[in-house]
Amino acid sequence: MARLTLPAQELMYRGHAACPGCGPALAMRLLLKGLGPRTVLSIPACCWTVIATPFPTTALGVAVLDNPIESTGASISGLRAAADALHLPDVTVVGFAGDGGTADIGLQALSGMLERRTDAIFVMYDNEGYMNTGVQRSGATPQGAWTTTTPVEGTRRGKREPKKEIMAIVLAHRPAYAATVNPAFPEDFVRKVETARDVRGPRFLHALAPCPPGWRFSSEETIDLGRLATETGLFPLYEVEEGVYRITRRAGTLKPVAEYVHRQGRFRHWTEEEVEELQAATRAGWERLLRREQETAPSLPPPTPPIGGTPAPA
Amino acid sequence: MTREVLSGNAAQAYAVRLARAQVVSAYPITPQTTIVEQLSRFVADGTLDARFVEVESEHSALQVVVSASALGARSYTATSSQGLLLMHELLHWAAGLRAPIVMGVVNRAVAPPWNIGADHTDTISQRDTGWVQLYPESSQEVLDTVLQAFRLAELAEVRLPAMVNEDAFYLSHTVEPVDVPPAELVDRFLPPREGHAILRPGVVARLGSFTGPDHYVEFRHELARATDEVLRRLPEVEEEFRRLTGRTHGGALATYRTDDADAVLVTMGTMSTTARTVVDELRAAGRKVGLAKLRLFRPLPEEELRRLAGSVDRLGVVDRAFTFGASGPVAGEVRAALYAAPQRPRVDSFLAGIGGRDVTPGHVHRMFEELLGPDGAETVWEDLAPTEVGVHG
Repeated sequence: MARLTLPAQELMYRGHAACPGCGPALAMRLLLKGLGPRTVLSIPACCWTVIATPFPTTALGVAVLDNPIESTGASISGLRAAADALHLPDVTVVGFAGDGGTADIGLQALSGMLERRTDAIFVMYDNEGYMNTGVQRSGATPQGAWTTTTPVEGTRRGKREPKKEIMAIVLAHRPAYAATVNPAFPEDFVRKVETARDVRGPRFLHALAPCPPGWRFSSEETIDLGRLATETGLFPLYEVEEGVYRITRRAGTLKPVAEYVHRQGRFRHWTEEEVEELQAATRAGWERLLRREQETAPSLPPPTPPIGGTPAPA
Repeated sequence: MTREVLSGNAAQAYAVRLARAQVVSAYPITPQTTIVEQLSRFVADGTLDARFVEVESEHSALQVVVSASALGARSYTATSSQGLLLMHELLHWAAGLRAPIVMGVVNRAVAPPWNIGADHTDTISQRDTGWVQLYPESSQEVLDTVLQAFRLAELAEVRLPAMVNEDAFYLSHTVEPVDVPPAELVDRFLPPREGHAILRPGVVARLGSFTGPDHYVEFRHELARATDEVLRRLPEVEEEFRRLTGRTHGGALATYRTDDADAVLVTMGTMSTTARTVVDELRAAGRKVGLAKLRLFRPLPEEELRRLAGSVDRLGVVDRAFTFGASGPVAGEVRAALYAAPQRPRVDSFLAGIGGRDVTPGHVHRMFEELLGPDGAETVWEDLAPTEVGVHG
């Protein structure tokens, strides 16, 4: 007999307005499974403004407040303050923003919310660009990717700069909990949402959200690409609680990034050398994460200082 | 009733405590700071049971109270000048979501050049955001107006945010005796904001959303009707307040010795006090002059302005801001309001007190002389320095 590994509850309705194969839609569905009905969501201008469908309908089975693109962090601080002031019981306050509304224009409000230690969850769904406005580059767009504002024409070969590291920025604020999640790994996703739900203080989830029209791949490949993003080490799954890193999915050997790159039109112009550069950078990033996990592991005994110093050579 | 010596800023804070605000959020800017310093102390000493959310910008301060207000909390913020300009996008959100926030604004000049003196450019340039705008002239009126603003803003037929504006330093930092009403009395005037949450946890709803032309027009029309309702409700709110405290501040357009006046000056804010003493001096000299203090700038009390226009020959509107390429902004509004009046007096536009320059009784005398003179000027910049000062370099 099959065993349900995810909560059966659906708080995202059918009839939403997402594109076929939409990563952000999957991220929202899994998020709400883990959060439950007493969630208040604050959503800035992003794909989800549209996916949730226009007035007077809604595709979400929870209370939703819209806010301008840059102020999600402040909005969830206000919702938390009001829920506390009014003694509303068991309210989970969540901001759900795209990568632009989090890491670019929304960065100040996010930093403010983390610094003032708002008891709320901020979720960045990362489709690596301004997709709702027609695929423009954001700070979270990967280096070398084509977008409509980083064309591949003449001497220009897509985005010149590397992807902004939002987890590093968030972790510099010492949040109560931060994790990466990927809808291609739903059990890991929901478990982390449930963990985040039960931790008090500022919490952050970085959700990979593949975008078929923006990344230029076929809509039935969303899960495959999501899996590859993690299995190549490009988007490792880990969580950080009280400063302790824990990798939650560990592959024996990383798959070549070429498998991920060659399936997306936004990297179609890449040469073998460019793939190799990404391969080297990805390997280095993965090793850095492994070291971080070892360094912060609580089970390790503290290094023993040598007694009496290093003996002098004879 | 206790009597305290309060600045306009302290009066804001005392009123917010009496109003039992539940969420306060603010970012410091001169000359607003003493409002939020006082409120921080009230929260710290336990005399105000509110969540004080310390934020990293005015933009976030307003978003915090917008979101708090959406869940049903009575919410307050305060700012000035550049801070208000940074809030601009959120001002539209607050009105559009029908969040009955009250905000204290200390009217200060806008840079460049930097200037922290009194000037109405900051609030006047927010006139199309859907906020109610009130301009008290004394600390007493500030305290009373903040309480009235909460009452008005939270009425079911209104549900709009309101600004209570004070001239920088002349009002924000000048102390005077204020009657502080007892809390029980204010509780009767301003009961808790219950059942007014627009968003509830556990209830499927979306506040904000998006629409095409099929519904957007109706949302804007609802907002317009709510704004009109303010004009109908302010007199009722003031009357309730008068019954409890014995004080009134004259409604939307507070007139003084205008009944048989030939010429009337229209002012906003603290210069009204100066102008009133000049009216008394001129009356004593047999001149038929009066004063109309525009206490409510948004919505504009057009009916009251037309009624006033029906009995006077000349109106002089004194603006503490300028609409570039046009006239003094209030003068332009008054002229437009009077276009439909059966009797239209001459309307002169005076600019005075820009960037914190003192408006003295001498200036007011001169404005009355010009107003009573034969030629109506398009716009008169009162007390302009000779060009040799060389601001052009």
